Amino acid sequence: MASLLEIRGLSVLFEGKRGRVAAVEDLDLDLEPGEILGLVGESGAGKSTVGNAVMGLIDPPGRVEARSLRFKGEPLELADEAAMMRLRGRRIGMIFQDPLTSLDPLFTVGDQLVETIRLHLRVDEKAAWARAVELLASVGIPDPEARIASYPHQFSGGMRQRVVIALALACEPDLVIADEPTTALDVSVQAQILELIRSLTKARGMGVILVTHDMGVIAEVTDRVAVMYRGRLVEEGPTARVLGRPREPYTKGLIASVPRADRRLHRFPQPPGQADAAPKAIDLGSHWLGAGTRRERSDVPVLEVEGLTRDFVVRRGILGIGEKRFRAVDDVAFAVSEGEVVGLVGESGSGKSTIAQMVVGLLRADAGRIRFAGADITATRRERDLLPVRRELQMIFQDPYSSLNPRLRVREIVAEPIRFHRLASGEREIQALVLELLAQVGLGPEAARRYPHEFSGGQRQRISIARALATRPRFLVCDEPTSALDVSIQAQILNLLKDLQETLGLGMLFISHDLPVVRQMCDRVAVLKQGRLCELASTEELFENPQHPYTSELLALMPRLDGLAPAPAGALDGSSEANVHG
Amino acid sequence: MQDAEARSPGRIARLRAGNDVLDSFLSTPRVVIAAAVALLMILTAVLAPLIAPHDPFDMAAISLLDSELPPAFLEGGDARFLLGTDSQGRDVFSAILHGLRISLMVGVVAVLLSMALGVTVGLVSGYFGGFVDSVLMRLADVILSFPTILIALLVNGILRGVLPSTQATATAVLVLVLSIAVNEWVQYARTVRGSTMVEKGKEYVKAARLTGLPPRTILRRHVLPNILSPVLVLATINLALAILTEATLSFLGVGMPPTQPSLGTLINTGNEFLFSGIWWVVVFPALTLVVLVLSVNIVGDWLRDALNPHLR
Repeated sequence: MASLLEIRGLSVLFEGKRGRVAAVEDLDLDLEPGEILGLVGESGAGKSTVGNAVMGLIDPPGRVEARSLRFKGEPLELADEAAMMRLRGRRIGMIFQDPLTSLDPLFTVGDQLVETIRLHLRVDEKAAWARAVELLASVGIPDPEARIASYPHQFSGGMRQRVVIALALACEPDLVIADEPTTALDVSVQAQILELIRSLTKARGMGVILVTHDMGVIAEVTDRVAVMYRGRLVEEGPTARVLGRPREPYTKGLIASVPRADRRLHRFPQPPGQADAAPKAIDLGSHWLGAGTRRERSDVPVLEVEGLTRDFVVRRGILGIGEKRFRAVDDVAFAVSEGEVVGLVGESGSGKSTIAQMVVGLLRADAGRIRFAGADITATRRERDLLPVRRELQMIFQDPYSSLNPRLRVREIVAEPIRFHRLASGEREIQALVLELLAQVGLGPEAARRYPHEFSGGQRQRISIARALATRPRFLVCDEPTSALDVSIQAQILNLLKDLQETLGLGMLFISHDLPVVRQMCDRVAVLKQGRLCELASTEELFENPQHPYTSELLALMPRLDGLAPAPAGALDGSSEANVHG
Repeated sequence: MQDAEARSPGRIARLRAGNDVLDSFLSTPRVVIAAAVALLMILTAVLAPLIAPHDPFDMAAISLLDSELPPAFLEGGDARFLLGTDSQGRDVFSAILHGLRISLMVGVVAVLLSMALGVTVGLVSGYFGGFVDSVLMRLADVILSFPTILIALLVNGILRGVLPSTQATATAVLVLVLSIAVNEWVQYARTVRGSTMVEKGKEYVKAARLTGLPPRTILRRHVLPNILSPVLVLATINLALAILTEATLSFLGVGMPPTQPSLGTLINTGNEFLFSGIWWVVVFPALTLVVLVLSVNIVGDWLRDALNPHLR
């Protein structure tokens, strides 16, 4: 029996003014019916491009070349747009990453389903509606007869992704390409969607190519996995084998750098070939970074939060009548000691970023009190009185692409806080300090002359960290500092943060939705649900013996590699030890 | 957080990057020609006193004997007067060069003034929001709800009443500039307000706030450089608009005095003679105005598209 999809020697080339780039190079893949093939790799690996090439969605100047592309034994005529149109939707379905943009907001989900069904299957309006209801039921949307008349915005993110899946399945395709189908979703929703994809695949015998960067997702649902790096296929095989006993060094490194949830390591292991420049040891007593900072090592909390509450107005009323409010943060209290790392964990909408914004003073609290080093931030009204706090309390942001001013050179970005707080005696010292700070975050002196757009995401995040250090802070608020980064880069940045935190004795509020990362980074963890604090415990206790049912639920839902990849413990510890000393 | 991958400067994006604006300029002949024409006109205007064959303001040099001569290339034309003379015996070509100078000067100063005012209002309004924003934007709404010329005439009338000696060139220019700027700042303010609100939400502005920088430093160093490209586009298009408004006001007789004619004044005075057969007195200044506004507009249109990342 012929494979469902047979790809031989697939290359996707982009021709530009400065030469030619192969996004995908000489790739061979097979997919059997009823099989889920994971296509995994870091950004720029070309994994999405493979999916687009098979769908015939590569636009000029991109060019697709292949020795042979067969779908159910028939050659795929990528050049024949009309033939591809007949295949797309009918025989090959696609699920995109963002459920917000892949549905048309102007039509009800029923209209969109019926349109697709009637376009491809010769059925009348009534039969199409019946089929649409049936489809919505099969993807687990409750009360499909009523919900079919709803518009996309009336569904939640997870429900909307279910509708997208229903749309992809509308004509019973033989092949579905899912491009990061759960990346935009919360972990609880992700688990349901993955389960749905898996059960539908098995029930209908279709083939699925699941494109993702998330090793956890791969471990959870795929039968086979293909690892890509820089446009090439590195390793391919049954999921359990590839994750459990990877053969290629790149795969080993990739799997090793996924943060583990099962136990705490001192450092995140690095993939081979990625330099892990640990910052130079510095003597705080004499170094600039240690000067002028009160640092009494004690259990006196440096940050104290009590009864913190914040509402957002959802709908404005007239004189308060008809006003609708949404309580984003509800009576939250916690404290962080000098040099301690406290994690804030929760799904989207749990209020963790709102808390961060209130702690650093970007957002006012409606009620409650935030004390930093004894000073009440919430009571301070004048910006000038906040200056000492501003200097000691800095933040690392989530999105490295918007956190640096694109019009300023890196030198200016890092120098600005030093200059503003008058932390150096002259321009010469400022320039020397900028280079010193860049060296601390692992960037060379040539970085100072360049503009942010010349750097990759991980390097930009390093620049952000250098800027935060430039005020000589004693406390850092990190709001999802690595969620926009690839897993190997994430490991580097987290190691850097951890090293700096330990060297400088920084207090830290570490916000993340990623439980394994939190386990590696934090001393204590607070779990938030819908603005309320569920549980606050030491990290080991929380992961080993969760007290609150919601914590247990979160822990259970987290996709894990652990089961599949018992990971050569010796090798891992060895590498982490080597890093500590290196 | 997830779409960061799409935005990261991958190998392909880097391949395509480069000096897109310059490339797009050179590959559009229409724009190259328009820019060349506009540049030529600006140069001529700047150098008018040096290159004009006659001084149209020098009463002593004007002879009534030379009045109403047709252009040099027509029968009865005089080689000294390329585009003929008007009823006073002034050289039309020289008058146009000097008129162009005044028109462009009024246009450029008006654009600079309205840009400075509008950008400031927009930054303040967009960054602080709230009450300040409401007041400034309602004021903008009021101005937008009246026809441009009506407001210009109103301001013009008031200023002429307040300021002495409106016949003096400087005062006339000032009155014109203010009449135009009162209308045009609103567009800058609205554009800048929108962009400021977008930039304000970005993390680099939050980082600047966390450093403790005062709002004026944040606006000047961080926000302003990032919102300038739409402002530059607007400035180019508004230059054409300002020149037209000036011409309209002068045509209506409330602009430059006939002794210091702008293009609009020339068209106004020439208009009276249109039906007596000396068409060249009005047609040539009018053509100059059309060509100037057209070429500036073409450049502005192109700039708007070239700087708009969505259209690339």
